[in-house]
Amino acid sequence: MKVELRDIHKSFGPVHANDGITLDIPAGTIQGLLGENGAGKSTLMKSLSGFMEPDSGQILLEGKPVSMKSPADAIAHGVGMLHQDPLDFPPMQVIDNFLIGSHQSLLPQRGKARRALRDLGDQFGFSLDPNAYVDTLTVGERQQLEILRLLWLGVRAMILDEPTTGISAPQRQKLFQTLKRLAEEGRTIIFVSHKLEEVEGLCHRVAVLREGRLVGETDAPYTTSKLVAMMFGKEVRLIPRTPGYGDTPVLQLEGVSIEDPRLNIEDVNLEVREGEVVGLAGMEGSGQRLFLQTCAGLVRPVAGKLLLDGEDMTGRHYHDFKSRGCAFMPASRLEEGLIPGMTLTEHFILTRPAKGLFVNWEKGRASAREGIAEFKVRGEPYSTVESLSGGNQQRALLALLRSNLRLLLMEQPTRGLDMESAIFTWEKLKERCLEGTAVVFVSSDLEELLHYSDRVLVFFAGKVSQPLESHDVSVERLGELIGGVGLDQPSGSAQ
Amino acid sequence: MNNQSSRWIDLSFRFGAILLAFLFTVAVLIFSGAPPLEAFGQLALGAFGSVENFANVMVAWVPLLLATAGLLVTFAAGLWNIGMEGQITLGAIFATGVLRMMQDSGLPPLVMILVAIVAGAIGGALWAGLAGALKTFGGVNEIFGGLGLDFVATAITLWLIFGPWKRPGIGSMSGTVPFPREMWMPMLPHLRLSLWALAIGILGTIAVYFLLQGTYFGLRLKAVGRNRRAANLAGIPTSTYMMNAFLICGLFAGVAGAIQVTSVYHRLIPSISSNYGWLGLLVAMLINFQPVWAAPVSLFFAALNIGSIQLPIVLKLDSSLSGVLQGALVLAFLMMEGARQKFSKGQGEARS
Repeated sequence: MKVELRDIHKSFGPVHANDGITLDIPAGTIQGLLGENGAGKSTLMKSLSGFMEPDSGQILLEGKPVSMKSPADAIAHGVGMLHQDPLDFPPMQVIDNFLIGSHQSLLPQRGKARRALRDLGDQFGFSLDPNAYVDTLTVGERQQLEILRLLWLGVRAMILDEPTTGISAPQRQKLFQTLKRLAEEGRTIIFVSHKLEEVEGLCHRVAVLREGRLVGETDAPYTTSKLVAMMFGKEVRLIPRTPGYGDTPVLQLEGVSIEDPRLNIEDVNLEVREGEVVGLAGMEGSGQRLFLQTCAGLVRPVAGKLLLDGEDMTGRHYHDFKSRGCAFMPASRLEEGLIPGMTLTEHFILTRPAKGLFVNWEKGRASAREGIAEFKVRGEPYSTVESLSGGNQQRALLALLRSNLRLLLMEQPTRGLDMESAIFTWEKLKERCLEGTAVVFVSSDLEELLHYSDRVLVFFAGKVSQPLESHDVSVERLGELIGGVGLDQPSGSAQ
Repeated sequence: MNNQSSRWIDLSFRFGAILLAFLFTVAVLIFSGAPPLEAFGQLALGAFGSVENFANVMVAWVPLLLATAGLLVTFAAGLWNIGMEGQITLGAIFATGVLRMMQDSGLPPLVMILVAIVAGAIGGALWAGLAGALKTFGGVNEIFGGLGLDFVATAITLWLIFGPWKRPGIGSMSGTVPFPREMWMPMLPHLRLSLWALAIGILGTIAVYFLLQGTYFGLRLKAVGRNRRAANLAGIPTSTYMMNAFLICGLFAGVAGAIQVTSVYHRLIPSISSNYGWLGLLVAMLINFQPVWAAPVSLFFAALNIGSIQLPIVLKLDSSLSGVLQGALVLAFLMMEGARQKFSKGQGEARS
């Protein structure tokens, strides 16, 4: 389906998120959409998929102007969107999720839907059990379900927002094959991403947004440096590796076993030293999150000992961990990290030590201004956190972490950040390492894992690898390990 | 849209809501064959027509103010404390209980009244704590827990009135034996109003205002109410804060119940809570949980309640007219708030 966007404008208060964007996408094309955080990609795609209406401008599908008032409206027009975090119904079965949004009859026709799901699944090589509950699926499988659902609803243009976040390498490969096939069948695919190599490998053409404007369009083949220059207005380089850490152990795990209804992690031995960075690799749901939560005291291990600065903390509450200088930074910013409806100032007051009974608002505002300036958060002390863009929410989370931490546990520290923000984040983290903070983080970005970690632990279905010295491991080898190749030996004791 | 004009738009929506509620009430009046203007006139006269009437408004204001203030605390924590009625009732029961025990003790009345109010506070907090514990530790939604406990509280009251605390001879719906006059809270001459009670109500509201607006406790409570998981990760013991919100709210409810006993009815009656718990919920919703508005709006509601008392006598109208107007106001406000949000969104979109 031919998709045309004509002079799209959209503002949120003073922010001009889309400033006159015009983009034509011919049918059968995989169109890449690049841009740093807050460049206006999501806003543009939300307008196209009916989540919001643009302030002005026109959307034409197959040459006809359309007005889409809701996502259901957009789907009726043949435009569907796959969101970064799957918008599905985890406590429901696959088949019911599949049926939701279809309005073919008063009563759900499960039999028909079951056949359709199986046929579509066979076509694309996705095997989804219709009776499984969605919360038992991996992010990749949930994505596959969503793709099939949209196809069943007759979508002819599909928008994918950062679709490779949190899915495994084979799942990504399969996704790319599927997208290519859908394009061959004449569908239009819009692929929103930060990851240059993915866009380069997949997309027929690329459009780059910066500060709400379309700053460039180019067809394959691409020049990476040119794309980077378009995205950021300048070239950026990774910060150099800074190896070296102290000898004092901060976190020690001795024979720790963790159980979860879906996962068992057994007998992990690990020592994380002052200033060290340990990366946790693995497909989403392989046990890294559980492991990280255990290190924070949010999950109780069923066996083994956990020591923080030499003190036995096994079975202690998260708040005890916290008071001993351990911090946990979750991946979902607005669900677990920040408090929607409250301002940045209120967040700073809540996370800084409190003196006395009454709040010192003046001091709170001052520390908010300080944090905002240091971490370059685009917002004001009185901004509510939900009014910030995703990247700025991440910066706010980093700014809220207290100083002089002993152990910093992070989930996806740079997820959803553009390259410049990611580098900035790691500069800040490395500063902390120099002060002696040990960092343990989960990431699905292999290059991030290898570049910034001193050692990497690989998780596969609850199995944990030996700690690997990250400079000895190639991206390819790490990818294999994450896929479970060569991860047979049980995790032994390791230094 | 600049701030000035958005403020005017806000105000006109508020005003529209009041107009809507009145129009609805007028329609109800016309439908039931009553002259609307005269009905409203009588309502105003009933509330403000004489010193006695206005004093009665204040008498109704105190428990309503306390109930509203308490509810602001649980609402801040994101909790729907539907059990207010039961908590007020338990406050009244505890106050009656200790007064009965102290009746012949020879203690100074001042001490007895103070002890009764403290006992009421404990009773209310206990009942709220029960709902809170069910919520925090038992996983029972506070709406169901509170509602259930409301019924239990009513049952306990009836049992006491017709059982252990019944009047000599036979129990009566008119309640337990009234306490002797010296055990009443001191009243203004010739009026039912006690300045003590009024002071407690006003001080309580001011305390809640500062608690929610100015203290770390209030800020953390707000954080728990808006995102419990994030609040927990930020190091706030969320269960403790939720329990505390329940206890504080119950404390206010219990004091309201104790005041009903010591300064209004001077005994335990079956409907001792007089719907102030429910009315407090309405006020809290109407003021959009903003503590500053608690006092004036609950005063207005109290005026409606008292003003409507003489409607049956003068106009042969049921006194539930005040309830119609109160309910219509809350619904109209909520509706207009929704309309305003839609409107300002539309404005934002149309702007560029």
